Amino acid sequence: MKRALSLLTAFAFSLGATLAKAEGELFIYNWTEYTPPDLVDKFEAETGIKVSVDTYDSNETLLAKLQAGATGYDLVVPSQNFVPIMINEGLIQKVAVYDLPNYANYEDKWKKPEWDSEHEYSAPWQWGTTSFSFHSEEYSGSGESLAEFFEPSEELRGRLSVFPTPDEVISLANIYLGIEFCSEDPKEMKRIQDMLVAQKDYVVAYNNETMSDLITSGEALMTNHWNGYSRLGRLAGAPVQYAYPKEGVVGWFDSLVVPTSAKNVENARKFMNFMMDPVNMAILTESQGYGDAIKGTAQYYSEELKTAPEVNPPSDLNVVFAPTCSPAAQSLIDKVWTKVLQ
Amino acid sequence: MSKWLPKSAAARRWLGLTPAYVMIGIFMLVPISIMAVYSFLEPNPYGGVLPEPSVAAYVKLFLEYDLEDNLVFNPGYINIIFRSFQLSIMATVICLVMGFPVAYYITLQPENKRNIYIYLITIPFWTNLLIRTFAWIIILGRGGVIETPLLNLGIIDDSLKMMYTDGAIAIGLTYSYLPLMVLPIYASLEKLDFRLLEAASDLYSSRFQIMTKVVIPLCKPGIVAGCILVFIPCIGAFIAPNLLGGGKKLMLGSLVQFQFASARNWPFGSALSMLLLSAVVVALIFYARSARKKEYIQGTA
Repeated sequence: MKRALSLLTAFAFSLGATLAKAEGELFIYNWTEYTPPDLVDKFEAETGIKVSVDTYDSNETLLAKLQAGATGYDLVVPSQNFVPIMINEGLIQKVAVYDLPNYANYEDKWKKPEWDSEHEYSAPWQWGTTSFSFHSEEYSGSGESLAEFFEPSEELRGRLSVFPTPDEVISLANIYLGIEFCSEDPKEMKRIQDMLVAQKDYVVAYNNETMSDLITSGEALMTNHWNGYSRLGRLAGAPVQYAYPKEGVVGWFDSLVVPTSAKNVENARKFMNFMMDPVNMAILTESQGYGDAIKGTAQYYSEELKTAPEVNPPSDLNVVFAPTCSPAAQSLIDKVWTKVLQ
Repeated sequence: MSKWLPKSAAARRWLGLTPAYVMIGIFMLVPISIMAVYSFLEPNPYGGVLPEPSVAAYVKLFLEYDLEDNLVFNPGYINIIFRSFQLSIMATVICLVMGFPVAYYITLQPENKRNIYIYLITIPFWTNLLIRTFAWIIILGRGGVIETPLLNLGIIDDSLKMMYTDGAIAIGLTYSYLPLMVLPIYASLEKLDFRLLEAASDLYSSRFQIMTKVVIPLCKPGIVAGCILVFIPCIGAFIAPNLLGGGKKLMLGSLVQFQFASARNWPFGSALSMLLLSAVVVALIFYARSARKKEYIQGTA
């Protein structure tokens, strides 16, 4: 019996080895520098699935690619306000995330979000905030108000960097001017437009990829930034300090979702499940420095991460999550942004 | 001859050309038709198009509803188009001024060396355009390769502010497309009969006259081909304007990209592309016409 068992085990192992080759592939389409290679390696080692990663620079780019019929991606990572659009446009499919074994680890605070209240489509990736960072040695201000970003002082002339897509910039402007998100009131949007056009005199570049480099080289003294990316810049030696303005910051929640055209749905679900394991999610959080929505990750955090100012905002920080805008509101946003950039 | 082939020579020629027609059909006519059709449809607010005919995209080139919903003349897009042409012409001229002497120099080298030089000219193409453009950020940027020595030597005491300017875009475009200028000019210079230069010299031409009256007219097809090859990608470029220009002043290429991504107005993006395409085609037709006319005049004279 024992012998038979060991034979069986050996057989199972050899089967496992051949299966590993046949486990197939997984194509992830994610934001730039948002998929830690060691996490991918770990997933590949555990499952035998071969992972390929391609990157994009904004939610808008992702949406345009999917709308244009891009196929071959099994997982994409949109922010919360793009998930309903993708659902309505039929671009992503139901994958019963609530049914995955590790779904129990989902932090209660993040359960039943308005963009996917039943967790049919999305598994958590990271959540974070959009604000601005400044040169901690050369900039004289303290980043206590969004006024420093939107109505810059003279020292920022030609040394301010702003994101090149309207999504987060206009949301931040909404917070600063106290205008509700997705406003359909042209008069209110005109205020935002005037402010952004005036701000442009100070802008050195519209950029959302090399913000910390701009600060390091001194090309910019202040830049739009994400909290975790600002931390990475700081850890790499850039003199960046992430600002928590008193008016508030824009919050976002990025999730893993599966495009309708995905070929490896089961592998995508395996990856979702893998990411809801606190050990794995902690690796992601450690490398990215945003927040996660999984229970029990904190025990794996390094001391550095536990005390990083970018990850530990002041307790009274006002974080506002942008909803999905109506077509009318979106059209106003596009008009404002075209005006600013032309 | 196989019995499958058609009998008449004309029909056989057609058959022989079929692969070319299929290629042009699939890779040129189909995409352009899609673009043309899209430009006459309504935009879907979340990307893509709605199947409703509309000329709104073309109207938008000149007139636009402002935030108060008044239809007003909008010079914004015209300005962007004008700026694109301006920068592309500038880059083409710089490429010509730098590329011609290089091509000429290579032509004058012994044959075995020529190939090495041509090889060297094409080396930048082995690297991704994005990376090559990125390298210019390090060269031109604050605290970069150019600035740091000048600062240390005390020649300047503040940043030269070379990055994120029109000049930086022009440099990036010139650098990207210079080989496309050198290669066609070299191809036509290589065929140049240098005895003609001696003859001109024997007939008391100055060096300047030899250049303007003999060399340049004879390699004009190469120069024109080079200019076209540089000008056309420049006008649609968006990597250099975004990376080196900081995306502050939109060029046509970036504007089209913006319409497809952020603004989600695919018909307008298509209309802009159609406009760009027609401008280029019209320019090429004029060139072809004038070239033919000149040949005719020269032939009869």
